[in-house]
Amino acid sequence: MSEPVDLAIIGAGPAGLAAAATAVELGLKTVVLDEQTEPGGQIYRAIESVTAKRSDHLDILGSDYAAGLELAQGFRASGAHYLPQRTVWQIDEERNVFASGPNGVEVIAAKRVLVAVGAMERPVPVPGWELPGVMTCGAVQNMLKGSSLVPEGRVMVVGLGPLLLLIAQQLARAGADVAAVLETAPLGNYAAAMTRLPQALMAPGYIAKGRAILAELRDRGVALRRGVADVRLTGDDRVREIEYRWRGRSRREPVDMALLHQGVVPNANLGMSLRIDHTWDAMQRCFTPNVDDWGNTSTEGILAAGDCSGIGGALVAEWRGRLAALDVARQLESIGAEERDNRAQPVRRDRDRHMLVRPFLDTLYKPRHDSLAPPDADTMVCRCEEVRAGEIRQLTTEQNCPGPNQMKTFVRCGMGPCQGRLCGLTVVELMAECRGVDVSEIGYYRIRPPVKPVTVGELATLEEIDAG
Amino acid sequence: MFKQLPDDNAELVTVIIEEQSVKVPSDYSVAAAVLANWTGPSRTTPVSGAPRGPYCMMGACFDCLMEIDGVPNQQACMIPVAEGMSIRRQDGARGVEI
Amino acid sequence: MVACDAIVVGGGIVGGSIAFGLARAGLKVVVFDEGDDAVRASRANFGLVAVQMKGAGNPDYHRWTRQSADLWADFAAELEEHSGIDVGFGRQGCAWACLSEDERILKVQQLEQIRAEAGTLGFDYQLLDKAEMADLVPGIGPKVVSGAYTAYDGHCSPLYLLRSLHRATLGLGGRYISNASVDRIEAAPNSFTVNAGGETATAPKLVLGAGLGNTALAPQLGLDVPLRPQRGQLLVTERVRPKMAFHMGRIRQTAEGGFMLGTSNEDAGFDVGTSTGALSAVAQRAVDTLPYLARLRIVRAWAGLRIMSPDDYPIYDQSPRYPGAFAVACHSGVTLAAAHVLNVARHIVAGRIPADLACFSSRRFNVQAAA
Repeated sequence: MSEPVDLAIIGAGPAGLAAAATAVELGLKTVVLDEQTEPGGQIYRAIESVTAKRSDHLDILGSDYAAGLELAQGFRASGAHYLPQRTVWQIDEERNVFASGPNGVEVIAAKRVLVAVGAMERPVPVPGWELPGVMTCGAVQNMLKGSSLVPEGRVMVVGLGPLLLLIAQQLARAGADVAAVLETAPLGNYAAAMTRLPQALMAPGYIAKGRAILAELRDRGVALRRGVADVRLTGDDRVREIEYRWRGRSRREPVDMALLHQGVVPNANLGMSLRIDHTWDAMQRCFTPNVDDWGNTSTEGILAAGDCSGIGGALVAEWRGRLAALDVARQLESIGAEERDNRAQPVRRDRDRHMLVRPFLDTLYKPRHDSLAPPDADTMVCRCEEVRAGEIRQLTTEQNCPGPNQMKTFVRCGMGPCQGRLCGLTVVELMAECRGVDVSEIGYYRIRPPVKPVTVGELATLEEIDAG
Repeated sequence: MFKQLPDDNAELVTVIIEEQSVKVPSDYSVAAAVLANWTGPSRTTPVSGAPRGPYCMMGACFDCLMEIDGVPNQQACMIPVAEGMSIRRQDGARGVEI
Repeated sequence: MVACDAIVVGGGIVGGSIAFGLARAGLKVVVFDEGDDAVRASRANFGLVAVQMKGAGNPDYHRWTRQSADLWADFAAELEEHSGIDVGFGRQGCAWACLSEDERILKVQQLEQIRAEAGTLGFDYQLLDKAEMADLVPGIGPKVVSGAYTAYDGHCSPLYLLRSLHRATLGLGGRYISNASVDRIEAAPNSFTVNAGGETATAPKLVLGAGLGNTALAPQLGLDVPLRPQRGQLLVTERVRPKMAFHMGRIRQTAEGGFMLGTSNEDAGFDVGTSTGALSAVAQRAVDTLPYLARLRIVRAWAGLRIMSPDDYPIYDQSPRYPGAFAVACHSGVTLAAAHVLNVARHIVAGRIPADLACFSSRRFNVQAAA
C-alpha cells in the first residue's frame, strides 16, 4: 500500500469541494472520492456540464444552483486529486479507504478522513410509494440538472420542505404540468414557526427566497394546498391516482407522476459504519453524528462536514467543510492553532448566521407523525424486502421485539441492498410509537461495511492488495 | 415518463433498451435513458414480483436495479450510458452463470 | 410479582429453545432477555444443522449432535404448528470441499475417526474425488482437490428459528420480557426470583440460557459455566435464483436466495466488529470453491461471537447447591435446538439431568484442573 495521503474526502458536494480547496491551499496532500462523474454533489449536480453545454437551463434551475460553479472551479483549480465515479464501501480502523470504480477496487490510506456524503431525502412511507412513477422531489431535480429531463403528464408534488416548493417552481418554469403542490405540514406548524421568524430573518436571504418562490408559483397558476393529509397512491404497473384529504374532504385525482418529499436527513450509513456516536434529533427526526465545532467525530481521525453532519444547507456545508480542513491542517501541523482560529473566524461567523434560519425551517417543516410512522398496516416500510408497517407494529407489541436489530432479523427489514437507508427511520419511529418511548431509546440498525455493494470477487482480491 | 428539454448541443449515443434501439444524450444515466423511453417497470422485485421503477436517482434506494450489458442488479441511476449498451429489465432475483 | 413454573434467562436460540420446550411440556414460562444491542450469537448464526464436522475425538458429542439432527424434522414441524412460521429446514446433506492435499488428509482423518468412534451408531460418508465433486456440485473450482458428502446434515433460517421460538412460546402462554438484563438472581433450593426490566418473576425452576452471559451469572446459582467468545465473520450476497440445496459447510444458499459465506475463527474478545482481512479470506475461500460466486454482490457482512467452553463442547448442569437451577450453554444452538426442545427441556421438567448427558457437566473441567 502506498504512502498515506493527509486527507481523504468522501463526497464532492459543497462540503467536500470547499474542504479540498482549503486543505490543498494549506499544503495537505488531499484526495477526493465521489460517486458522480463530475463535482457538485446532489445540490450542484452537473453544474459544469449545465453551464458549459446548456446554460439556458440555468434560468430554470435558478441562481443558487448557478452559484455552485465557482465552488467547482475553485476545486478544479486547487489541484486536489479527484477520483470521480468511486463508490466508497468501507473505511477501516487504520483509515484505509476502500472504493470501487472504473479501475476496480482501490485502497487509499489516509491520515485523516472527512466524511462529506451529504443528505438524503427522508423516506416517505405512504401507501403506494413503491409504485413506478412515484419518485422523490430530489430525484426529479437530479434528472432536471443532470439530464434536462422533465416529468411528462399530470404531476403532483407532495410533502413538505423547502425543496418541495423549489422543485415545483423549477418544473413549472420547465413547462411541466404541475397540477398542485400538496403540502402535508400540519397547519399548526405555521403558528409555531412564527415565533422563530424574527431569528430566521437574521439569516440572509432564506425567507425572502421562500416568499419569491411562493409568489412565482401563484403567478404561474400552480395550486398550493396546505394541510393535506392521508395521502395514498394507487395504480398498477405505475401510479394512476392520488387520494388525499384536504379541508375536511377526501379527494381522488388522476396523476401520471407523484413527487414526494419530507425533508432531508443526514446520509448516515458510512458514518455509522465507522462507529461514530450519533444522537437522535427529536426535532428533525433523524440521527446526527456527534461532532465538535470543527467536525471531529468520536472516531479517531474521522471528521464529518456538510449535511451528513447535521442539516444546514449548501452554504453552511461549504463553511463546515472549510472548518474541517482547517482543523485537519492544525492536527497535521501544517498550521498552528492561532492561524486556524484566525482563518476560521469569518467562516464561523457566516456559518452561525446562516444557521439562524434552521429553527424556523425545522418547526415549519416538522413532518406529521403519521408521515413518519404510517398508520395503515399495509404501507410498505422496507421497499427491498417488502415489509409492511403492520408487521413491525405487531412484532413490537405482541412479541416484545427489543429493538430494530432484532426486528431486522425477524422480518428482514433493512436486510436488502439499500441496507436500511429507506426503512431505518420508519422502523424506529414505529417501534417508538408502539412502545410509547422516545426514538433515542429504540436506537438504530447496527451498520457495518460494506456500506455499498461490492462483489465477492472484489473482496477476495483484497488479500492480495493487503499482502502487496 | 420524462421528456427532454430542448438541447441542441447534446451528443447522442445509441443504447438498446429491451431490444429497442434508442438515441439518448451521452451524459444520461441508464435510469435517465429508461425514464425518457418508458415502456414499463424497470424491474420486478425478487420477493413478490411487484413492479418497480427508479425512485431516488442518487444511489440510495436500489430500486433502479437493471441488467446492464449482461450484468444483473446494476444501479441504473449510477451508471452513465455508453454507445451500444444493452439495458434490460431485472426480473426478480438474478441468475448466475456457472 | 409473577409466579411461574420456570424462569429462563436468555432469549436467544438456546434460551428460546429451552423456553419453548418447557412451555410445550405445560410449564408457565417467563423469559428475561437483554436489549437490542446485546451480544447475540443467534442473530449472527450461519444456520447449519451440522453433523459432518462434529465430534471427532468425542463420541458423546457426535452422538448428541446426530440425535438432534435426527429430531430436527419433527421439531421443525411441531414448531411450525405452534408458530405458523416455516423455518426452512431441509436435510439435503453437506458437501464439504477440500482445497488442498493437507485439507483432504485432515478431512479423511476426521471422518475416519468419527466412524471408528461411532461404534454401533455407525457413520456413513462418501469421499469424493475431484470429478465426483464436480458432478455433485456444478460450478466447482479448479482449486477443489476433493470432497466429502454426508447425508446427516441440514440447514434452516436461524433468524426465522429465533422468531418462531419466541412466537411459539408466547402462544403457549409464556412471557417474554425484553430489555431486561439480569444481573442478580435470588436463589434458594427450588425457589428463584429475578427482577429485571421492571418485572419480577419467581419460580421453582430457573434455566441459564444466556450465552456468554452465563459465566457471570452462574456463581450466584452455585454453578460454574466457563465460556469464552470466539468471533466469526460472515457475508451474505444478493438474492440469486435457487442453485444449491445442500450446504457446503462454509457456503449455503438461504431460502431467500442469498449465499451465506463463512466464517472466521478469531479470538477478538467481545468485539463484534468486522475486519477486512478475515472477510477477504472468507470471500477468497468461497471463490476458490465456487468461482461463480465472485460475480455476486455482497449485501451485508457481520460478525458474531460463538459461545465456547474450554473444550468447545456443550455444558448441561443442575446446581447441587440450588436444585432447580440449570445451565445450558453451547455454540451449536441451531444444530442442538431439536435436542434442547424435545430432550433437555424434558429433563429440566423432571428435575434431573440423566446419566447420558452427565459427560457434559462442567465438572469435567475441574477434574482436568485437579489432574
